[in-house]
Amino acid sequence: MAADDSCGAPAQVATPADFETGGQVVLAGKVTGANGPVGGAFVRLLDGGGDFTGEVVSSADGDFRFYAAPGDWTVRALHRSGNGEASVTAEGPGLHQLAISVG
Amino acid sequence: MSREDVLVTTQWAEENLDSPGVVFAEVDEDTTAYDAGHIRGAVKFDWRKDLQDGVRRDFVNKEGFEKLLSEKGISNDDLVVLYGGNNNWFAAYAYWYFKLYGHDKVKLLDGGRKKWELDGRELNSDEVKRSEADYKAQDQDLSLRAFRDEVVQSIGAKNFIDVRSPDEFSGKLLAPAHLPQEQSQVPGHIPGALNVPWAKVANEDGTFKTEEEIKELYSDEGIDESKATIAYCRIGERSSIAWFALHELLGYSDVKNYDGSWTEYGSLVGVPVELGAK
Repeated sequence: MAADDSCGAPAQVATPADFETGGQVVLAGKVTGANGPVGGAFVRLLDGGGDFTGEVVSSADGDFRFYAAPGDWTVRALHRSGNGEASVTAEGPGLHQLAISVG
Repeated sequence: MSREDVLVTTQWAEENLDSPGVVFAEVDEDTTAYDAGHIRGAVKFDWRKDLQDGVRRDFVNKEGFEKLLSEKGISNDDLVVLYGGNNNWFAAYAYWYFKLYGHDKVKLLDGGRKKWELDGRELNSDEVKRSEADYKAQDQDLSLRAFRDEVVQSIGAKNFIDVRSPDEFSGKLLAPAHLPQEQSQVPGHIPGALNVPWAKVANEDGTFKTEEEIKELYSDEGIDESKATIAYCRIGERSSIAWFALHELLGYSDVKNYDGSWTEYGSLVGVPVELGAK
């Protein structure tokens, strides 16, 4: 990444189970609702103290991905159909999967 | 200055889509969202293509700003209402540009695109064409913009508000958690900086908290109201939100945004850097 690349969240894509995390803590998953995947949800990463850390918009297939650090995390999704959240404890590097339902 | 002088609600926006002299503008670095659907009649600003120099690390100069606004059909006496994705970061950054170049009739849509979408309000994908205007900008108002030498000289003398996440502030992460972490600069923060993440001034729907809540937040974090303040983040977008909160909502007089921010400061040779949580 170039130094002057912005901090904006990139378009989200699916994270396969064998995703190469490059030694990072990766938190990823899908947002779903009553009728399947929910795209366009605002997906917020909150740290162990409940403080906001980052936000992405879920892809059309409901995908989201964060690069975090070891610790306790909550991922909270906001959508006009409703909100939902899921929590995970990341002990170390690797892929940590979450499923969030809204509505 | 009151909230109504600098912010409009989504309700106000919806009621004023056709008001003469009001121009809506969506600002983002990824304009695919705009192309798929935007507020009816809103023009598009591409943060990277339209608002950056393109060669040097700086933003569009005065002539470039005049040309851009003229092409978008914005006149000097139009009220420009800015909004965007990413919790209005780019819109707040653009708001700061408009103020730098002397355009006073500018407001932010409170909550930005996110609040508009969460409200379930209408988006459309019609192409927006406004007739060309003849926009004249003023010289940059540098009382709003901090550069690196001033930053280094101000350590210990001014408030520094570091709006990055606690993990970026302490040095654990080098970029926000939705981005990969490979970076060239060293981790850490400007010595003495207060870590007040930008999101603390916003509700989860992206709207700003009340002025009372924001004032209490900065006061609890230890801001010295008798001193000038410089806000920074990684490249100056998220800190535009803090600059907006301090300068526009609370009305503090001497507040600058340091757009060089950590990607510049953390690459400077020989400057002091502090590590660890506050």
